[in-house]
Amino acid sequence: MLRLDGITKIFGGLTALEAVSLEVKKGSITGVIGPNGAGKTTLFNIVTGLYTQTSGEVYLAEKNISRLATESLAALGLVRTFQNVELFGQMTVLENVMVGLHTKSRSGVISCAFKLPRQIKEEKYIKEKALNWLEFTGLTAEAGNTANNLPFGKGRLLEIARTMAAEPQLILMDEPAAGLNDMETAQMAGLIYKIWESGITVVLVEHNMDLVMDICDSIIVLNLGKKLAEGTPREIQENPAVIAAYLGEG
Amino acid sequence: MDNSPQLFQYVLSGLSNGAIYALIGFGFAIIYNATGIINFAQGEFVMLGGMLTLFFLVFLSFPLIPAIVLAILISTVIGIAFERLAIRPLKNATPLSMVIITIGASILIRGIAMLIWGKDTHAVPAFSGNDPLYIAGATILPQHIWIFAITLLIIAANKIFFNYSIVGKAMRACAYNSQAASLVGINVKTMVLLSFVISSAIGSMAGIIIAPLTMTSFDVGIMLGLKGFCAVIIGGMSSGLGTIMGGLLLGLLESLGAGYISASYKDAIAFIILLLILFVRPEGLFKQKETERV
Amino acid sequence: MLQLFLKNGLVAKTTMTKEKREIIIFLIFTLAVLITPFFLRGSYFLNVLVFIGINTMLAVALNLLLGYAGQISLGHAAFFGLGAYVSGVLTTRFGLDPWLALVIAAAVSGVLAFIIGFPILKLKGHYLAMATLGFGIIMFIIFNETVAVTGGPSGLSGIPNIQISSLIFDNDWSNYYLIWTITLLVMLLSINLSQSRIGRALRAIADSEVAARVMGVNARLLKVQIFTVSAVISAMAGSLYAHTMTFISPASFGFNFSIELVTMVIIGGLGSIYGSFLGAAILTILPEFLRILQDFDIIVYGLMLIIMTMYLPGGLISGLEQIAGFIGSKIKSRGGSHA
Repeated sequence: MLRLDGITKIFGGLTALEAVSLEVKKGSITGVIGPNGAGKTTLFNIVTGLYTQTSGEVYLAEKNISRLATESLAALGLVRTFQNVELFGQMTVLENVMVGLHTKSRSGVISCAFKLPRQIKEEKYIKEKALNWLEFTGLTAEAGNTANNLPFGKGRLLEIARTMAAEPQLILMDEPAAGLNDMETAQMAGLIYKIWESGITVVLVEHNMDLVMDICDSIIVLNLGKKLAEGTPREIQENPAVIAAYLGEG
Repeated sequence: MDNSPQLFQYVLSGLSNGAIYALIGFGFAIIYNATGIINFAQGEFVMLGGMLTLFFLVFLSFPLIPAIVLAILISTVIGIAFERLAIRPLKNATPLSMVIITIGASILIRGIAMLIWGKDTHAVPAFSGNDPLYIAGATILPQHIWIFAITLLIIAANKIFFNYSIVGKAMRACAYNSQAASLVGINVKTMVLLSFVISSAIGSMAGIIIAPLTMTSFDVGIMLGLKGFCAVIIGGMSSGLGTIMGGLLLGLLESLGAGYISASYKDAIAFIILLLILFVRPEGLFKQKETERV
Repeated sequence: MLQLFLKNGLVAKTTMTKEKREIIIFLIFTLAVLITPFFLRGSYFLNVLVFIGINTMLAVALNLLLGYAGQISLGHAAFFGLGAYVSGVLTTRFGLDPWLALVIAAAVSGVLAFIIGFPILKLKGHYLAMATLGFGIIMFIIFNETVAVTGGPSGLSGIPNIQISSLIFDNDWSNYYLIWTITLLVMLLSINLSQSRIGRALRAIADSEVAARVMGVNARLLKVQIFTVSAVISAMAGSLYAHTMTFISPASFGFNFSIELVTMVIIGGLGSIYGSFLGAAILTILPEFLRILQDFDIIVYGLMLIIMTMYLPGGLISGLEQIAGFIGSKIKSRGGSHA
């Protein structure tokens, strides 16, 4: 599904990632873990085109996406969430999800301004679909609220509803459980599982080891910008290099 | 025909204007580095310097030095009031709201100046007469010498303050990382206020020394402010050598352009340079390009 | 399951009434515009209303950029002026029909906006503000200095009125209906646009450009597109201004007017089309009241900008909505306690 080939990223003089190669299998839930500063978020930013890598290539389903702009990736089935939850704060919950359907609709400036029949039909479709995704994430009751007024946990759910609306093949989740309490984390795990069940490949960066070990079928460990290990949760838990890295970092 | 005296004249007036642009640019940089705000009212302090000096010197017949001191003091007090009344109370400041508030302040200051002093353009007497000095066949006014001397003085004082005094170092620390600065006990709010004090004082000083050459009126602040901004953009938002070079470069290009191409497009030259720099090298001409980070 | 269904139905219902409400508000507004002249005596008030119409177009145009996409322009008077001058020059010097001139003026302005839009909208925040300001001043200098074409500071006179077969728009009544027909059209199209996927994408860009791009919104292109639309509307307003005034001079298209436009949008309400009307109306009427205090208006603008940004960032329209909402909830709660 997703293949990284020798990704290196240098900021100024600092090497954030060094020749990282990895592969995410279609239909898997893959966890990317590692101590702080390991380069996990940088990796996501490179895959989603927010950073340009110093060298190396990124392939999405065998298509080279290394040079593609961020905005063209959603249409190819690649979306992401953010560590700090990037909502459209001034818009309603429903509108947030409707933006998620941007790539699923075509009307341009002219047909929107003149409300051409095709656009009215499309608008109806967008709203229907968006409501479905709100139901999927259990946010139906919040539809009319302003996104900024949502509690943090629901904000995370909304971000997921919005990414699901793009009907992706692959979702990158940047610390989906950060800032959530135990119950919310359990709900999040259930939701991720539900997303996976619908046939979507999930890659997540996460610090909550219980969650990672619980739901991931494959784990990649980064440390100091390099790939340290990869394997099943059990293999990773028993890998001496991983244990050393975590203990060494405190 | 020998063109060199004429060329010298253009270069001289370009450099003296450029020095003023650099000083105004410093004002922008000092506030920007302390707060992340581009103060659109910066030009109004330049206007205040010139107009207040005129007011005390000509209307009230004060001697030169007290008139200048009072002009700087009053401009600075207005700068403090601006920071306390409009900048500090603002919650959830966005770049957009900051642009609008500082524009609002600039209109307000300009409007009040117009109410008090009217719309006329006034000549301000030069500090030490208008008898030109002749150097190698070219004329140089005493005011030019004042401009260069005072600019050098301010640059030096600026350098010493920011590099050697405790307060100056604290301000630089705030610019670099205000959170970390407040952790080590620096009062960030005071530093922000101080940045407004310094930049309104420098701005008004620039207005005072240029006024005798260019005349002054309530609305000179717009153009001077924008050109100062142009200088500081060329200099990469630093209050150092880059901005001085930026100001001088701008002044020179403007003066030579006006002299050899067209005087009526003099102001357009500055803005075309501004747009080109913003389009091509928004990080300035004299700064190393930094790696982009999201 | 039943509960979910009910909630879904509820949401669909409230949003549908919202759409209906929107249509009703627009119809009431249109009706008010149509009948207002009958209640006014003398051409003075009609004249002011014509200016409110032109300024509303301009404020709506700027609001699409500033209020929806969150991108500031401090040089919008330049597009207004460009529209006025292209139209004025083509009709006076080349004898073109005013309608054709209007279309060409809008097209020229749109093409210019599209070309400079790419480099200019790459900039953000303060830098964007300064760049658009610089652009506005360059255009102002061009209006002033190309004397052979524009007539320079002394202006361009003798611009013909707009004409539809034998109907010449040369008096206050006809001008009023001409300007306001187009203003209402601009408002309607802008409302439609703001409630569509394009409008949502623009607001998404304003809230979080990165997230919008991740969701597939081509932020850069969309910003340039809306900048172009905004410039086209502004140029149309400029052309109409030239043909109703029959005289134009650069002083109307300078830096101060750009700031006035921003003030209209801010005090009316960012992201509200009716707010833009409100802002335009206030800023057109205010100088008339303050005429006795000559030039006092500039101080009032400055104060309004500061105070609105600090205490009512949603503008007057959000203040009005809050009041209306408060009264509405009072009425509702009273009705509820009776039931």
